[in-house]
Amino acid sequence: MNKHFRKIPSAIKTVALVGCTTLVMATTMPAAAGNDITFKAGHKSLQQFLLSDMPPSPDNNKFTDARADLGKMLFFDPRVSGDNNMSCATCHSPMFGWSDGLETGKGFQSQVLGRATPTITNTAYNSIQMWDGRKRDLEDQATGPMEAGVEMNTDIPALLKWLKMSEGYSAAFKEAYPKQGINKDTLAGAIASFERTVISNNSPFDNWVKGDKKAMTKQQIKGFKLFVDADEGNCLACHSGPNFTDDGFHNVGLKSFGVKDPDMGRHAQKPLKSMKGAFKTPTLRDVTLTAPYFHDGSVATLKGVVEHYAKGGEVQSNLSANMKKELPLSKKEVKAIVAFIEALESPHDNFVLPVLPLK
Amino acid sequence: MDLKKIKLNSALLTSIASIPLLAWSLNATSAEYEVGQKDKQFTVLAMTIKQGDTVNFVNQDPFFHNVFSLSDASFFDLGSYPEGEFKTVTFDEKGQIEVECAIHPSMLMTIIVE
Repeated sequence: MNKHFRKIPSAIKTVALVGCTTLVMATTMPAAAGNDITFKAGHKSLQQFLLSDMPPSPDNNKFTDARADLGKMLFFDPRVSGDNNMSCATCHSPMFGWSDGLETGKGFQSQVLGRATPTITNTAYNSIQMWDGRKRDLEDQATGPMEAGVEMNTDIPALLKWLKMSEGYSAAFKEAYPKQGINKDTLAGAIASFERTVISNNSPFDNWVKGDKKAMTKQQIKGFKLFVDADEGNCLACHSGPNFTDDGFHNVGLKSFGVKDPDMGRHAQKPLKSMKGAFKTPTLRDVTLTAPYFHDGSVATLKGVVEHYAKGGEVQSNLSANMKKELPLSKKEVKAIVAFIEALESPHDNFVLPVLPLK
Repeated sequence: MDLKKIKLNSALLTSIASIPLLAWSLNATSAEYEVGQKDKQFTVLAMTIKQGDTVNFVNQDPFFHNVFSLSDASFFDLGSYPEGEFKTVTFDEKGQIEVECAIHPSMLMTIIVE
């Protein structure tokens, strides 16, 4: 068990730790979170940003088209909510980038919720779910809003009874889960399977990464350089990897953290000082479609978001260590970073709504 | 600063930033280990040590980590620290300790103290 860790060998031990040396070349720089990047369309150093076409699925709920089709029906069916008038898509609407366009969501009987509705785009690639990470995976998360009294307020046993009585759903469950029947696990599994089809990975940025020199403008490439550079935008420190999230938690200095009894976010799950007011880093893919921004929906535009980071946030009392208290960005550079983020929006085919069973 | 002094002060944790550390064993049987945080993973996923041994948690990533444990046998929060820095924990209690990073929850490792 111990063979892979290093036992410091001598009685007198020296641990010399030095910071990394910054090496700046014409088109190559060390990324804020990763290996050196060369800013040339198609370069091998860029391939780390390509997102696979098929996100992972667990062994007990392997992806099938039948499961995704059933999940799509359930996702768009308002009859799954307590008042039979609110579907998952009420808040996670494809018309709003799979969010709702509101500062914070609205739940059961229009109750205003405490946090913004996160998009489901690419959430299948995430290793942890929800703004505060209280759900492990999509299967774990799928029925959470249904069971929450302030959200969909679904009576799950009553819903399962209704689904079993429905000829259409019974047939769809039988095809998707022939040996498992209709239960809470297959209900969640089907919705999770559908969510694995909501993918954004074909943006102008992706085409540039694959070698299309004209896929991004000069301004967008400049914005990408600033995005990556730890001494400029420093965005990659958190918005890292092919899904532009570290699946991590940060207090980003929002004004709402300065009010009395603020939303403590991740701290409710992990009671550590750095987690007070910390929330999960969202993906930036298709983020152009999901304004307003942050977990409290307090900033209306991407320009406003970048400007927020440029000044180190509003409330710095528990700022994420990965954030800087000031970024040396000119107005032109802020625009360039926004232009790059716009290049992360994928074109999407027209979305076809499901036909729901009437009985 | 040395590990013996830390032990005598009953401090479980210390922070030493980017400077060479000279340390010696607490006694003939205690040992010192190093565990890195690299590419958003611990460089060691499981290890067994003895009561009184120390572990240096070294950040080798170009961004901050926040190593902690909420385990009964050892409860600590090392706070956030950048690349090139490390913090030290002395494990005085026997048991199984789950060590995590608060910022990056996919980072997990286990230390068994015998």
